[in-house]
Amino acid sequence: MNLTRLLKTIFLVEFISGLYMAIKELFRKSKTINYPFEKGPISPRMRGEHALRRYPNGEERCIACKLCEAVCPAQAITIESTERSDGSRKTTRYDIDMLKCIYCGLCQESCPVEAIVQGPNFEFATETREELYYNKEKLLENGDRWESVLAKNIKLDKPYR
Amino acid sequence: MIEYLQILGQEVYKVIFLLVPILVSVAMIVWLDRRVWGLVQKRKGPNVVGPFGLFQTLADALKYIFKEIIIPASANKVVFILAPIVTMTLALVAWAVIPMSENLVLADINVGILYLFAVSSLGVYGIIMGGWASNSKYPFLGAIRSAAQMVSYEVSIGIIIINVLLCVGSLNLNDIVLAQRELWYVIPLFPMFVIFFISALAETNRPPFDLPEAEAELVAGYQTEYSGMMYAMFWLGEYANILLMCAMGSILFLGGWLPIMDVYPLNIIPAPFWMIIKILFLFLLFALIKAIVPRYRYDQLMRLGWKIFLPFSLIYLVMTASFLFYFDKLPKVSI
Repeated sequence: MNLTRLLKTIFLVEFISGLYMAIKELFRKSKTINYPFEKGPISPRMRGEHALRRYPNGEERCIACKLCEAVCPAQAITIESTERSDGSRKTTRYDIDMLKCIYCGLCQESCPVEAIVQGPNFEFATETREELYYNKEKLLENGDRWESVLAKNIKLDKPYR
Repeated sequence: MIEYLQILGQEVYKVIFLLVPILVSVAMIVWLDRRVWGLVQKRKGPNVVGPFGLFQTLADALKYIFKEIIIPASANKVVFILAPIVTMTLALVAWAVIPMSENLVLADINVGILYLFAVSSLGVYGIIMGGWASNSKYPFLGAIRSAAQMVSYEVSIGIIIINVLLCVGSLNLNDIVLAQRELWYVIPLFPMFVIFFISALAETNRPPFDLPEAEAELVAGYQTEYSGMMYAMFWLGEYANILLMCAMGSILFLGGWLPIMDVYPLNIIPAPFWMIIKILFLFLLFALIKAIVPRYRYDQLMRLGWKIFLPFSLIYLVMTASFLFYFDKLPKVSI
């Protein structure tokens, strides 16, 4: 043990500087937030709960191309489609098993008409498993509820796509 | 007979008047400890129950009361149940001699410091009993460590106390406080104060000397098999002991209930206030240290106690004695 280190040990130099730092940190703002009351910032790219969007006139965007069903690595999406009287192809069934879903965002990437998107909502825990088998109504309802946020997020993220 | 009952009633009243504030302040001190620890680590600490989370400890205590007490089948039941009771009782009993002001003391006995020292040394029995009666590996190893640690640091604390007593010439705690009227002993005996403080950390099993409960090695040390209210009693005893050590430190070195300076605006503030401030100051140091230090290894702990603190405090004792003798400042003791 050399002399400097001996002196440092005797006079508790490291300890005192540690104590000084602790006192300094004591008066700084803490990094924790009160979660249910305060929430952290969320990126526009947040891959949260799914939603099916509509056009401003109320028409569903989804054209039942089934690209999302094909690309889904967890095979969580099931789509059935039919031809409507006006000749357009629309879905009769659009189910997402949210328990299978791995929230990779590939469905959103693959969609040519920006119909299926993942919104910023991550607080959709339920008490039963059945409630997490989302069908078309639920997804469209999500889309209607979050439309303003979804549109804004898509616009913000556009330059990077 | 009636007279006897009256006296008994008065005494019980006094004891309750002492114990209730202590238990409440222990609850508050646990909150303060967790809060300071959290703030240093940039967390918030308990802040939900009551204003600033002040009632967190009460909520915890309530939870402990309603939890089941599990007694291991192979445990020695009598000793197992007795251990937390002994720990808590001893931690609370010692408060009888702590003077909060010149008159505000339950038992103003002439051997106050000796009593304090004796009772705080007995505290190790609760731990040994708990560890041994659990009849399990981790509690046993934890109890051995804890006992060895407390005994070895008791020695250096004893010599530090002798240092102070040499300057005072009395074992009465009030006399020790009054002797510091001119100069707090923290100034002439500063190295002793530092060693006393570190020994107090070891004595109360606080970090960096919390080996008995080194969770990576020993789960929770001697408390492993305890649950519910019995665990809470250990925990209460531990914090009461920490407060006691802070009180002891402030009486021996920081002038107890004396104001910082004997000048006009300071000396009209009641004495217990100063005592509480000093205890809180020492406790804040305890809490801050908990947040910044890593844990000592067991052999390092023993080396620090026996090879460094003990010889150093002995040398300082001889130096103090020679200084006092040479300058003829030894206190005059009337026998």
